[in-house]
Amino acid sequence: MRYIRPLSIEDAAGLLAGSTGTAAILAGGSDLLVRMKGGFIEPDLIVDIKAIEGLNEIRETSEGFGIGAAVPCAVLGESKALKKAWPGVVEAANLIGSKQVQGRCTIVGNLCNASPAADSVPALVAAGAKAVVVGPGGRRTIAVEAVPTGPGKTSLAKGEIIEAILLDRRPPRAGDAYLRFIPRTEMDIAVVSAGVNLTLDEQGRVKSARLALGAVAATVILVEEAAEVLVGSKLDEATLERLAKVCSGACRPIDDKRGTIEFRRKVAGVLAKRAAIAAYKRAGGK
Amino acid sequence: MAGVAVSTTINGDDVEYLCQPDETLLDVLRDRLGLTGAKEGCGTGDCGACSIILDDRLVCSCLVLGAEAEGRRVETIEGMAHGDSLHPLQQKFLEHAALQCGICTPGFLIAAKDLLAKNPDPTEEEIRFGLAGNLCRCTGYDKIVRAVQDAASVMKGA
Amino acid sequence: MNFDPRYSGRSFTSVGTRPIRPDGVDKVTGRARYGADFNMAGQLVGRVLRSPHAHAKIRKIDTSKAEKLAGVKAVITAADLPDLTDGDAAMYDILDNCMAREKAFYDGHAVAAVAAVDARTARQALKLIEVDYEVLPHVVDVDEAMKHTAPLLNDAIFTEGLDEKPVKPSNVTKRTQFGHGDIQEGFGQADFVVERSFKTEQTHQGYIEPHACVANVSSDGTADLWVCTQGHFVYRQHCAQLLGMEASKLRVTSSEIGGGFGGKTHVWAEPVALALSRKAGRPVKLVMTRDEVFRASGPTSATSIDVRIGARKDGTITAAEATLRYSCGPYAGMWAEIGAMTAFACYKLDNVKTVGYEVLVNRPKTAAYRAPSAPMAAFAVESAVDELAKEIGMDPVDFRIRNAAQEGTRSSYGPVYGPIGIGPTLEAAKNHPHMKAPLGKNQGRGMACGFWFNFGGQTCTDLNIGMDGSVSLAVGTVDVGGSRASLSLVAAEELGIDYGQVKAVVADTSSLGYNDMTDGSRGTFSSSMATISAARNAIKVLRERAAQTWDIPVDDVIWEKGHAIAKGEKYGNLAALSLKEIAAASGKTGGPIAGHSELVADGAGVSFATHICDIEVDPETGSTRVLRYTVVQDAGKAVHPTYVEGQYQGGAAQGIGWALNEEYIYGKDGRLQNPGFLDYRIPVCSDLPMIDTQILEIPNPNHPYGVRGVGETSIVPPLAAIANAVSNAVGVRMTHIPMSPPRILAAIEAEREG
Repeated sequence: MRYIRPLSIEDAAGLLAGSTGTAAILAGGSDLLVRMKGGFIEPDLIVDIKAIEGLNEIRETSEGFGIGAAVPCAVLGESKALKKAWPGVVEAANLIGSKQVQGRCTIVGNLCNASPAADSVPALVAAGAKAVVVGPGGRRTIAVEAVPTGPGKTSLAKGEIIEAILLDRRPPRAGDAYLRFIPRTEMDIAVVSAGVNLTLDEQGRVKSARLALGAVAATVILVEEAAEVLVGSKLDEATLERLAKVCSGACRPIDDKRGTIEFRRKVAGVLAKRAAIAAYKRAGGK
Repeated sequence: MAGVAVSTTINGDDVEYLCQPDETLLDVLRDRLGLTGAKEGCGTGDCGACSIILDDRLVCSCLVLGAEAEGRRVETIEGMAHGDSLHPLQQKFLEHAALQCGICTPGFLIAAKDLLAKNPDPTEEEIRFGLAGNLCRCTGYDKIVRAVQDAASVMKGA
Repeated sequence: MNFDPRYSGRSFTSVGTRPIRPDGVDKVTGRARYGADFNMAGQLVGRVLRSPHAHAKIRKIDTSKAEKLAGVKAVITAADLPDLTDGDAAMYDILDNCMAREKAFYDGHAVAAVAAVDARTARQALKLIEVDYEVLPHVVDVDEAMKHTAPLLNDAIFTEGLDEKPVKPSNVTKRTQFGHGDIQEGFGQADFVVERSFKTEQTHQGYIEPHACVANVSSDGTADLWVCTQGHFVYRQHCAQLLGMEASKLRVTSSEIGGGFGGKTHVWAEPVALALSRKAGRPVKLVMTRDEVFRASGPTSATSIDVRIGARKDGTITAAEATLRYSCGPYAGMWAEIGAMTAFACYKLDNVKTVGYEVLVNRPKTAAYRAPSAPMAAFAVESAVDELAKEIGMDPVDFRIRNAAQEGTRSSYGPVYGPIGIGPTLEAAKNHPHMKAPLGKNQGRGMACGFWFNFGGQTCTDLNIGMDGSVSLAVGTVDVGGSRASLSLVAAEELGIDYGQVKAVVADTSSLGYNDMTDGSRGTFSSSMATISAARNAIKVLRERAAQTWDIPVDDVIWEKGHAIAKGEKYGNLAALSLKEIAAASGKTGGPIAGHSELVADGAGVSFATHICDIEVDPETGSTRVLRYTVVQDAGKAVHPTYVEGQYQGGAAQGIGWALNEEYIYGKDGRLQNPGFLDYRIPVCSDLPMIDTQILEIPNPNHPYGVRGVGETSIVPPLAAIANAVSNAVGVRMTHIPMSPPRILAAIEAEREG
């Protein structure tokens, strides 16, 4: 087994592309080291990407934000500008694990671990975030929802690394929110979760909406019908009831140690409503 | 498997060691450097007993590779007191009996130190959520929270 | 020695104060050494291979490949731990649990072990061991296991305690029964009868420190064992017996212990580590992973309990009956028996009957967990008591006060009570401001009572007075939560000196006589009794030395406030001699001064508590929040009140976790799904409120200071108190613990749909 700390993203991609055995990317390590401890993975090569220039930065540009693949989630919470623009994304990132884990974990790692229950992913999907992928074939930008393809599986090819996550600049009257259900108050994996991103028109009606649910299917799902229910409304009682119904109906959950099918269906609707209300308020809706 | 040579700083001292590439920083601290104050309660980042501060960031040392410490600053429980004078948090943990078995105590102290460094005047709720990554099975947390509250007020006055 | 343990009312100087514990500084600086913090030169790493099957016959184990791996120094199987138990069934079960012999009985059961130069080599070696299993049908549910159609774990087990000797083997190892009176007649007198069935899931003690030990067996047959344990003397006995050693040749040192709660009263890895060391000829360190702790060390019983209680309109209980089925894991236990004894212990009953069934299942061997078996029985009984109070239309506290046991009551398990605290804790709860605090929407209040026997047992203490007048106190009960502070206070109290002059240590098995382990809430009760006795013996010597110095009869010397005083006017010119002065002269007056004590601490006073809690339930998700929690408990006499509070709070917190979220979850394959702190959800700091405590002191007549054990009772009421609070909040009786959000939501929905 080798541990290598390359200085450029191209070198990192090259190492991964050229590796013969099991290769793993190390950023925060909060998933990788747990899997190594449990004997679920025995990498022949670990590529630590934290020394690569730029990967530790949150960059604000005229188009929005670029969050480097090695930025710990705790740092997202310390960025006032990011928190103001995308409070839902930041609150989702700051729910992963403990303070200790947040000091290490990254949203790119959370995305690439490809758990349907990943906290930051529904918020990123709702936000319409994009992933910058670097690999042997160069650089490409894809929607974050295109990355996970199933539990533990991604669409990334051998040698490909996500360099950064891109979030758009916010128009006026926009807000996002993320809520998850866990049995305790902290430290759990989401049993169900919902991310909502809204923009309002000048009258306070929903102009555009994206809603994503976590832990209710093999991947995080974008519920297009939910957007249809929300657009044009002011989140009146009837709309929220319809929203809950649509979201519950969109779930394809399983029974497992964290929850039952019935529980996940029901609570997905509840969280969708509550997250929509929170996003609506943040967007300035009354 | 080739060892990795690491130069780092632990509690202000320059330290060099050789470790295996898959060895955690917790194992390096405990088994190679004799710093057994950080404990392994789970090895998966769920209990916080191995908490340390790495470049001013609170982390679980079981989720850090020993190789990653190269060129960085590590703070452990062994560096918390200054000589024979205890840190106010250590003193308040003793006075409030905020420990029973004491296995979680080093992790709690490190996490509480990080918490107060970032938020010198936390509410009870902020303390409780700030320390949620540290499990204690003996105390019910009551006396731990009170000790942190008391230490915060002492440290503000200092 | 004629030691009189009876209580005598007295005032205290040291006892009842709250000094800093003697082991505190080491624990806040990271210097205290726990099980895994000790190393020996040349030590090997031990690892255990565990069954992935819930139930399987072990046809063959081939260790040859593992033995050939470079760096492997020993590989052992059951063949290296031959059966030396000589017909002792309980010891045989311990042996079989440490290393499976013919069958693996649960997911995680040890089948082989290796010692190698490092962890990586040991891990690789485990992969090279080939075990040929014949997978058998399994059963993990306690009710399923009782059915005639259930897979049998052990076809040599025939249920004991039945009127007729059974002809077929069964998973039920034993039936026990307790009670008195005539319940048929009692139910005949009842105006109201409540009958309910309850289930509780299996939980783990959840100590943060995994089991860890370092074993060193020498070629001369002597051995050392460093280990985190609640009872190093018992570990010595068990290990010595299983390995065929003389007890005195095995020195066991108890490390600092990172939590036990009953779970470190049983050997698991220690005999294995010793066997590995013996075979390898080198020290072996064996530390369990968290996964192994959950899969292979002792959880509680899962239970299924039926309760029936009847009462007259005036609120008097006329009859009470319970049937309790407790899982034991794969080996016989007495868990249902204890449950059956404790179930109705809080009440004064003319007609009561409880029946317990011990049930074998393919889960780890059940181990003690803080007041073992009592919380589940209390959950069932106290839930039914609340229901009955509601049916009668009485306040639940008043109903309990009316039926509370008192001095002279014949307990439901047999003995007649002396002075007890159930009535006073109920009265204190009734008058507590918590009871009158307003509740909001979706909030409910619940209360419940709990009982625990407490235990005394064999105890031995040495008290040595140094020539500088400082006192070394060597105790043999492991300090699990601050007892070195309490025992130092007791020594200081008796000797009339400062707490700071006493230093208490836990002595190893070669330095002190036998002590039972720290269980049954006996640590402070029994060792304080032995410390008082040892101190009184030392005082006798101190008086003799003073008498010798003064050349007067010893009967004329009294001991007061740390000084020998010559009694009577004729000695008016003799200045009192301090302990320090007498100690300084000891070399010339007869040598070292010490007091010893070996006794059986009988008469541990029974303990009662009443808990109150407020819970808020989110009716849309079934999520719960503990808003407020109050513990009222009788301590007899609180030696160090802060650590008594700590015991109350800690037990309550564990009970809250049990009530709401903790449970072993098995898959259809019989494998444990949640062997980690991520999905075995013990309460985190943000889950809990402050836990208020009220210490009552109803002296135990069988202890010089009136001390009762305090450690365990606090985990007994929470399951029921929270169940009553949740039931009151949602308007549905909760009958299945833990009340996880899916269970609560399902109960609410079922009620809504009628």
